[in-house]
Formats: sequence, C-alpha cells, structure tokens
Amino acid sequence: MGILDHHKKIETHATLLLVLSFLVVTIGGIVQIVPLFYLDNTIEKVEGMRPYSPLEIAGREIYVREGCYVCHSQMIRPMRDEVERYGHYSLAAESMYDHPFQWGSKRTGPDLARLGGRYSDDWHVQHMIDPRAVVPESIMPSYGYMMDRVLTRADAEHVRDIMRVYRTLGHPYTDEMMENAVSDFFAQVDEFGDPVADRYPGAQQRNFDGQPELTEMDAIIAYMQMLGTLVDFETFVPDPSR
Amino acid sequence: MVDPKDKTPENRVSPPSRQYPETAAQLRADPPTTGHSWDGIEEFDNPMPRWWVWIFILTIIWAVGYWIAMPAWPGIQSATSGVLGYSSRANVATEISEFEARNEEFFVQLVSTDLDEIRENDELHRFAVNAGDSVFRAQCSQCHGTGGAGVQASGFPNLLDDDWLWGGTMDDIVTTVTWGIRNEDYPDARYSVMPAFGQDGLLDETEIDQVVNHVLSLSGADHDSDLAAAGEEVYLNNCASCHMDDGSGDYFIGAPALNNQVWLYGGTPEAIRHSVYYSRFGVMPGFETRLREAEIRAVAAYVHQLGGGQ
Repeated sequence: MGILDHHKKIETHATLLLVLSFLVVTIGGIVQIVPLFYLDNTIEKVEGMRPYSPLEIAGREIYVREGCYVCHSQMIRPMRDEVERYGHYSLAAESMYDHPFQWGSKRTGPDLARLGGRYSDDWHVQHMIDPRAVVPESIMPSYGYMMDRVLTRADAEHVRDIMRVYRTLGHPYTDEMMENAVSDFFAQVDEFGDPVADRYPGAQQRNFDGQPELTEMDAIIAYMQMLGTLVDFETFVPDPSR
Repeated sequence: MVDPKDKTPENRVSPPSRQYPETAAQLRADPPTTGHSWDGIEEFDNPMPRWWVWIFILTIIWAVGYWIAMPAWPGIQSATSGVLGYSSRANVATEISEFEARNEEFFVQLVSTDLDEIRENDELHRFAVNAGDSVFRAQCSQCHGTGGAGVQASGFPNLLDDDWLWGGTMDDIVTTVTWGIRNEDYPDARYSVMPAFGQDGLLDETEIDQVVNHVLSLSGADHDSDLAAAGEEVYLNNCASCHMDDGSGDYFIGAPALNNQVWLYGGTPEAIRHSVYYSRFGVMPGFETRLREAEIRAVAAYVHQLGGGQ
C-alpha cells in the first residue's frame, strides 16, 4: 500500500492536486496535438488546392451565417456507402483553407463535400428558392431571399479584410490577389470579365443566378459549385498508410 | 460525541488503523471509516469492488496491447503503424473491390453485350435495372425526381414518357449520361444553342406573338388563329430548320418536339414566349468520371424501361 499512501498527499493538498492534474492534461494534449503540426502525413501534398476566391469566400461566409453545417456535413468518410454515394473520400488537404472547417457532425441533408458540378446553377437557384420544387421529399428551409440581397463594394471590401485575416493564418494569398480582391469579387459573375481563374486556378466564372445584379445567391452558388472540385482524383494516389 | 472543531489534543480524532474486517459479516457490523467526522457523520472507507478494480487494470493492459496492434504513437517522421497494419483507406478499397468482384460477372457482361441486346437477356436485364435504380437514386433523382417524372415546367425532363430531347434509344441514353448536355467538362457533351430571338432582336414583338400562337396551334392548344396563320411563315423561316416543319423536333440537335402536349418549361403562352424571347439552355453533367461504364449502361437500361424507351 506504500504508493497509495503517497497518493494521499496529492489528494489532501488542493494546490498540488491542481498542478499535477494540469501537468497530466498537458502531457496528454502535447502527445495528441503537437505531432499533427510537424508530421508530414497529417496533410498530404495534393495538386490543385488553392485558397478561396473572393466571391467563394463570400459564399462560404453565407454558408456559415445560415448554419448550413448544422444539417450538412462536408466530410466524406472512407466507407463504402459514402464513397459510392458522394465520391472519393475527403482529404485533410481539402479543408486546409477552411477556418473554421465545415466538416459538420450531422447529416439531416446530404454531404456537400463534392457538391461542385453535380447540379446546374439553375437547379441550385430553384432549389434555394423552394427546395420542394425540385426535391419533393426535402425538408430544407427556403433561402429565396438571397436572390434579393445585392452585394456591394462594401461587401467586397469586407471580403478583402477576411482575406487579410486568412493571410495571417497562413493562406497563401499573394499581394496581387489582395490588390485585385475587390475587382475579382465582381469579375467572377461576369463571364466576359477579367479572368479570375488566372489567380485562382479552376475558379468558375459566370452569372450564377441569372440576375443582372451580384447577389448573395451568386456567392453561395459560386461556393457550392467549387466544393470538392479542386483536387484531380484521376492523378491522385492516396498514401495507403492512413 | 466528539466535536470536530475542538482541536485540544485529547479530543482530536485519531486516524483509524487500516485493519480491514476479515469477513463480510464483520464488515457489515463494523465498517472501517476514514476517521473524518462532520457533525458526527463519519465517512466509510470501504474497498472498491474487486470486479471494478480488475476491469480498471484490464483496460490498462488492453491499452498497451492496442498501442502495439493499432496505429498509435506519433514519432518524429510518422506515427507507429501497428502490427495489424490497420488502415481505413485500405479497408474501404478492399471492401469496394470485394463488392466489385461479386458484381464482376455482370459488369463484364454489361459492358461486352450490345446495348440493344441487354434486355433480351432476362437475368442481365434484371441486374442492370436494379443496379441502374440505385445509381439513379444517388445521381439522377435530384433533378429527374425519385421516380423519374422530372420537375414539370422547371426544365428537368420527365423520363417516364416517350417524348425525348436527345433520343430515347439505349445508345442515345448512354451517350447523354456519359457526356452530359451543354457542359464544359467534356468536349463530347451534347450541345446546341437556340437563338434568343427577342433579346438579340432577330424577331420583333409582332413576329414573336405570331410565332408563339403558331407553336400553340401545333400542339393543339388554345390560340389566336389569325396570329397563328401569320406566324407560320415566321416559324418556317426561323424555327423549322431545327424543330421541323410540323414541329416534330430533332433528336440530333436536341430540338424538342412542339407538336405534342409535353412542355419542358411549361405550355402557357407566357412560358413559350419566354423561350422564344430569351431562349433556354438546359444543362446536365456528364458522368464519365463519376460512374463506371457498366453503371452508365445499367442506369441507361433502368431509364429505358421506365416507359419511353425506343
């Protein structure tokens, strides 16, 4: 019983108990968290990942604002049923420019990690205005008001501020991207505008909602149409050790 | 009664001896206490249940075994991989290939059989329709509806009827599913553009009114017969090259038939006017990279037997 008698010293000394408990939690945290920062295979190197374009950021902000993550996940787990339904399982690299990540924890609606390109813009517009118009069994709320919420220069500047924050978090926004943030924001809904894809490879550029104004609907559809489209899985070889 | 606040040496509670009772009866009669006393209430110092202690010890032993067997400890370059070599990625790949192997016989048969002969082989056709059904639910139902009835008047075609845009033979359906319609992902995607006759100033307002009424007359809907008669010439000059003189349409360029009651965007004069004025540009993604060839053929077999297959 010798060692248990020593334990009594800790149990009867509140400060010592506090200090040692903290120490144990710290060790646990260091062992679990710190290696993720330095191990190479935490985030695989993949071709094609790029930071979000300004309009996509605006769409992502709307996605977060509306709490889409409460019902939709963005994380295809390596399981047969998910891979067969949604496509290739998600990679850590695909969320590396997500602050905060949008993996979600509940699927009331389907997973959206590879939504991009699955539906037409027109489908998205109709679906956002009245989900039941295209999917009768859907229980998603309507988001038709996004058609009326016009995004202005102030919104574009706000997105530029967000990009500045992202830059401090390590997203590789170049000076050129920062300078053109506001113009890229508007150019992405103009098919004949300055090509946004020059700075953001693979960015889709068109009038997403079919209206002349740039609205929240444009932004959210621009975001949804690029989800999961950046990594080319034809050429991707997964690290099998994971 | 001892007063715990009384700290005089003779009244201080002495720590109990750690002598545990030998038998259960003794334990019940005289349970050991910690010696602490609050307002006369004492604290028992019973040992923890043995089964609980053993489970606690076993979990620790289990953890050590788990560290060895499974990926666990992070190192400098990588984490330990565990002697069992567990990998969620390898597992999903194995599981998928298991199911593929199970379906292999039919998949090979599906790909090697001539498209029009699939439905002559009962067993293969049954497999194709069932496989196609599950593909359809996952990939197609969001636009074409769970049962394939489309979304009326919204531009998502009904697949149950025998009115086709790009043709309803097995071959046509496979081509449409593989490459899609008017998408930029595949150069082989089906493509055609109807001019925006109003927006681009190809026809004036009167001519549009006339041709709308002529189109209404082709389908036997209510129309103004004077305008429709005047619209015939406009129709023949501008529309007939794709939609044909009698409005029967042309599968080759996806020109819809206008001489029936089936309308993709609605059959009201306003909807038809909108189509003439602004044109329409329905799109569909291609599934060449999303589905295996056998799956595309299966879903084509499923759509073909829904009712309208040619």
